[in-house]
Formats: sequence, C-alpha cells, structure tokens
Amino acid sequence: MNATTLLVRLIPEYGQFALILALLLALVQAGVPLAGAATSRPLWMAYARPMAAGQFAFVLVAFGCLTASFLFDDFSVAYVADNSNTRLPWYYKATAAWASHEGSMLLWSLILAGWGFAVSRLARGLPRVMLARVLGVMGLVGSGFLLFILLTSNPFERRLPAIPAEGADLNPLLQDVGLIVHPPLLYMGYVGFSVVFAFAIAALLEGRLDSAWTRWVRPWTHLAWAFLTLGIALGSWWAYYELGWGGWWFWDPVENASLLPWLAGTALIHSLAVTDKRGGFKSWTLLLAVATFSLSLLGTFLVRSGILGSVHAFATDPARGAFILALLGLTVGASLLLFALRAPRADFTGFDWLSRDALLLINNLLLVTMTVSVLLGTLYPLILEALGLGTVSVGAPYFNTVFVPLVALLCLFMGLGPLARWKRMPARELWRRLAGAGLLALALGAMLPLVYAGRWNLGVSLGLTLALWLMLSLARDLLGKLRRGATWRAGLSRLTPGYWGMWLAHLGLAVTIVGVTVVSNYSVERNVRLALGERVAVAGYGFTLEALDERHGANYVADRATLAVARDGRRLYTLHPEKRRYTARARPMTEVALRPGLLRDLYVALGEPLGRDAWSLRIQYKPMVRWLWLGALMMALGAALAVLDRRYRQDRHQRRHGVPAPGREDVRS
Amino acid sequence: MRMTPRSQRLALVLAGLVLAASAVGLTLYALRSNIDLFFTPGQIAAGEAPSQRRIRVGGLVEAGSVVREPQGLAVAFSVTDRAASLRVHYRGILPDLFREGQGVVVIGELAGDGGFDAARVLARHDETYMPPEVAAALAETGGPP
Repeated sequence: MNATTLLVRLIPEYGQFALILALLLALVQAGVPLAGAATSRPLWMAYARPMAAGQFAFVLVAFGCLTASFLFDDFSVAYVADNSNTRLPWYYKATAAWASHEGSMLLWSLILAGWGFAVSRLARGLPRVMLARVLGVMGLVGSGFLLFILLTSNPFERRLPAIPAEGADLNPLLQDVGLIVHPPLLYMGYVGFSVVFAFAIAALLEGRLDSAWTRWVRPWTHLAWAFLTLGIALGSWWAYYELGWGGWWFWDPVENASLLPWLAGTALIHSLAVTDKRGGFKSWTLLLAVATFSLSLLGTFLVRSGILGSVHAFATDPARGAFILALLGLTVGASLLLFALRAPRADFTGFDWLSRDALLLINNLLLVTMTVSVLLGTLYPLILEALGLGTVSVGAPYFNTVFVPLVALLCLFMGLGPLARWKRMPARELWRRLAGAGLLALALGAMLPLVYAGRWNLGVSLGLTLALWLMLSLARDLLGKLRRGATWRAGLSRLTPGYWGMWLAHLGLAVTIVGVTVVSNYSVERNVRLALGERVAVAGYGFTLEALDERHGANYVADRATLAVARDGRRLYTLHPEKRRYTARARPMTEVALRPGLLRDLYVALGEPLGRDAWSLRIQYKPMVRWLWLGALMMALGAALAVLDRRYRQDRHQRRHGVPAPGREDVRS
Repeated sequence: MRMTPRSQRLALVLAGLVLAASAVGLTLYALRSNIDLFFTPGQIAAGEAPSQRRIRVGGLVEAGSVVREPQGLAVAFSVTDRAASLRVHYRGILPDLFREGQGVVVIGELAGDGGFDAARVLARHDETYMPPEVAAALAETGGPP
C-alpha cells in the first residue's frame, strides 16, 4: 500500500477527528461567551466569533471527508456501503452524503454551523453582549446535534473486517435532481430558525427587546422562511413526479413536520412586523420564535425516530429517538422556563378593532390554530398508541376538513391587511377602497367555473374568489400607493423592497390557491390497460401505445414505452415512461413521463406488464398544477426581497455616519 | 369604540378562548369522523372489525395468492398475519414494491362476502422497511419469515 492510498483510506478518520474537534469548539462557543455575558467579561465574550468560525470549518471538513469517502467508494464505511455503489454516477455519489439518516444529520449540523458563522460575520454592528449570547445559544444547539451524531449516528462508522466489495446502491427514488437540492434547502429553513431562536433567548437573558433587536431579527427570519418555503415546494414537486401517482401533498407526517415550522414561522414574520412598527406583541413574538424552532426540532424527532410510518421512514434505532426527544424537551423546557421568568410584561399597545394591528392579530390566531390542528392530527395516532387505545391513522380528510376553512378565513382577512392602517382604520374608508375588489372577486369567482368547465362548482368558486380577492386587493393597494406620489414614477420610487416583498409573497399565496383549487377539482386520472397499438382518450387527448422496448442505463435496466399524444387528430408529443429495475438490489422504480405546461400537465406512468405487449398505465391530466410551485417560488422570492429593505441596514448606516439613513417615507404605515 | 387597553386585553383573551374552543371542537369532530382504525387479518376473522367503514389492514402478501384479471386492471391477493388471511380485491395500479411475501397496508372496506375491497394499496418505498403496524402484528403471531 503506498502513501497516497493510505491517506485516502484514512479519510473517514480525519472526518471523525474533525467532528470531535467541532464538538469541542461548539462546547466552548456555548459555554465561555454565555458565562462572559453573564459576568460582563469582554474577553470571554470575544470567544464567540472565532469559535463559531472554527466550528463551521471543522464540520465542513467532516462533511468534505464524508463526501470524499463516497467519491472514493470506501465501502469499509457502513454508511457509504449502504447508500452507494461503484456504478452510481459521480454526482449522485456526492449527494448520497445526505441520502440517509447519518449524513442528513451531518448536513444539518453543517448548516447550523454555517448560519452561526454567517451571524458572526454579518452581525458586526450587534452589541458585544448580544452577539456573545446569540452565538452562545447557537453553540449550545450545535453541541447537542454534534453529540447526537457522535454518540448515536456516526456516518464514519466502519464495517470491519468484512468490507463489502460493492455497495448496496442509493435508493432509486433518491437518484434524482430534486433530491439533490430538496434536503439542503429544507434544512436551511429548519435550521435557519435557530438564529431567531437564539436571538429570542438572548433577548430573554438580557431582559430587553428593543426596536434594534427586531430589525436584527427580521431579515434572518425572512431568509429562513424563504428557504423553508422553497424546500417544502421542492419536496412537493419531487413527490409529484417521482412517486409515480401524481400527488403533490399527502399530509404525510413528514410533510406535516415541515409544514408546522412553516406555519409558525409565517405567524412569527407577521408578529415581528407588529413588534417592529408598533412595539407591540413583544412577548408573543418571543414565544413564536421559540415555538418555531421547537417545531423544527419536533419535525426532526418525528422523522428520525421512525415512530411514524412514512414515506421517509428509515430503518430506525430507538436510542436516536430518545436522544432527540431529550434534546427537544431540554430546549422547549429551558426556553419556556426562561420565558416565564423573563418575558417582557405589559407590552400591550392599544389599537382599534379595525386596524392593521388587529388584522395581524387575527392572522396570528388563525395561523396558530392551523399549526395546532396540524400538530394534533400528526400526533394523535402516537398519543392513542401510547395510551394503548389502538392503532389509528389520521388521513387527508381530517386535514382538509380543518385546514381549508381556516385558510379561507385567513385569505379573507389577508385581503384587508395591507390596506388597513396601523392603530385605527375607519371602516368606511376600508369599504370604499375595497368594495370594488371584493364584488369583482365574487362575480368573477362565481363565473369562472362556468367558463372553464361549463358547470358550476362551489369549491372552485370559493377557491377562485379567495385568490381573486387577494390579487385584486393587492392590485388596488399598489395603485393607491402609486397614485399617492406626484407622478406615477414618484409613487413607484417610494415603494420599499419590504413592500414589494410583502406584495409578491401575498400574490404567491393567491397563485398557489388557484393551483390547488383547479388541480384538486379538474384533474382527470385514468388507469388503463393498453396493448401495442391501442389508444385511449383522457381529457381530450388521445394516447396511443406505439412501442415497447428495453433501455440500459448506468445502474439500471428499463422497460420503456413509447406513447404518441394527439389532440384533434394532430400528433403533439411523444412520451417515454419507464419502469426501471436498479440492478444492485433489484429495486423497481417508475419513471414518469411528463409534459409540463403552465395551464396543464400530461402525466403518464407505467404500472405493470399485463401479459405480452400490454401494460397497465396511469394517465393523468393535471390542470394548472405548476401554479402551486410557482406561487411558492413567489412567496420565497418575496421574503428574500424583503431582506434587502434598507430599514434593516439603518443601524449600520447610522453608526458609520452618525445620522440616520435618508430613509424613504415608509409607505406601509 | 375606543376601549382602555385593559378591557381590550380582556376582550382579546376572551375572543382567543372562544376561537380556541371552537377550533378544538372542530378538530375533535374532524378527527372522530376521519380516522382509520387498523386491524390485522386475524382480528377481522374474529369479527372485531366494523363493516361499512374505512379501515386499514396490514400483513404480508401471501405467496402464490396474486391473481390478475387477464383483460383488465382487477387484481386479487391474500393478506395474511399467519393467524388468518384476508382476500383483497383491488382495481388499479399496484405500487412498485408490491410483491408476494412483502408487507403491505390496504385501505378500504370489508365486503359482504368476507373479502375486502381496497381503495388503496400501500407498500413502502424501502424494501427493508416494514410498516410498524405490520411488524407489530407479525411479531404477535411468530415474527416475519
């Protein structure tokens, strides 16, 4: 064995050492600055930033080592042997690092350390004590997770001496571009809420929450929320084309686990707006910050412990569940205790029942109700089972029954919110501004199903009315703002990125609602048996099975069908759905053939061979399904846009020049 | 209608409570009518499962029990927990990992003839993974093969 091979063989050990070092640095990052902040020792507090950088660097090294082990096909590492294969394309080898439990947790830690590092770099203007506390809390969370990895889920564990000659291959479902990006984005969101959590704990420790705090926290929260939104949307999109039955949301426990922090985070964003602009809702904001991150942890626990049967469930180990549960209990318990002792009291600012404050309060109540009802539906089977009351499952009907009316209410108030003034809004003026939009939305909503499908449909009318109500009220708001300037251009230049962000995100929700409404009501699905040369008509399109052949991929063999799609006698497309068998473990996998479009998707999946020259096929027509994800993209972009608002950089400007930045008039108030 | 912050806070708390109560009520109602109970083929053979109600049944697909209709999409198979087996009828496309000897969960209603009409058949996406209910049911009757 020459020196180079030896060095390569030792890569997992470097990774292991790097992880241990990262844990030690994280412990220092947690202990010393927090103690320094408590005892006012600047030197101790100064440990925070270098430790955050060090922790990030070493977790990055560990992650690099894991990736390298995958690229070098080091099957002596159990995790690599279970999730890779020599014939796997290199990009899937690299991304297989987060295909299963151990690597996902390492990615989680890496992103956590990354956020900590980002805070330590970008938060230069933050008071020293605050920075020490924020990074200290992030160090605590980081140590918890690094300890978890080292004790229960070490990705570098060797399988010695019986080194397998070949790996078991990556789960075929995960050999896809959607999966390459979905987990990192989702984790960016989950873990991003640790920043606002750390800020909340720091504010509680300090016993002070001022407007500077809010301006520090808001961009981080927006950013985390944007990532989470993208992650969830990407997961939904991936499930849609990869699982082979065309669903885009299953109310699966793991999906719920990502929806919970999203809902709480949405409430948090709006509550922060009130705290920022009016100094109200302070303790509520802190509580939401704690809740949002706790729900992220709960999601991790639900997924990782395997107590819930789910698409995402991995082979499980009870020790892991217990560890995360302990971590969760500790985080929630300690934060709530701290909250009970130190929460700011009497922060109530008076406002009228019709005002933006009140509407945002309603928004928060509704979002929290949604969060609780989703949480209840997700945990209900666990509670019953723990009490020995039988095994049940709570399915989509429950969630739809509870969720849809709440969303409808939310939209109703959401149309009013941006046009209402803080503190007090005369009802007459609100009516004058919005009556037109409301009536137009009602009329169009009632008419559109007739135009679109030729038949009236209450569900569609309701959904479209709500979406139109949102769109029209947003348009009305924008027009009103533009008209307020001397010229159209002057009005435009007064609008802040914060306003545009809100506008785009709200519009995104309307777009998503249109997508959900249309695709849920007008989808057509046919399961058919097709022999060679046979034709079937679905939603006005003719599908003809033209050929069946076999195709060899890098690590699979596929049965491939060729279908001609025609409309009005004219041939439009050729589709190639496949049924693959991944050779390493003979795993079957359906590769869907899709014809995407802004107004409709055509979706064909192969079922099973039925005798010679015939297959069962699932053919679907999915109108406006793209709008779902388009809307989510707009929401995420909106949140990202809001981060750019100059309002959040005023402190820095003020420090540099000694005067407040020449801010634009805030048109929102 | 201006209120003092104090009375406004009280009104807020009351409104919050009313909302929370109605939400809990709605939730419990929705839960009661929308949960699926889980049964094993053994429990069904013993007559423990309700008819005309959506239930979930889990077990292994019995080897050699899968019969397809030659010209359509109808398929029948038996699900067993080794104590008893249940004949399941399904029309549609089975999941990729549906195989004889594999653990499955079927969702549907008991048919009059003692069989089961499945509306959905679930097999998980990882073949080493066993639905927890199925694993528990099998453990009681002697463990998986």
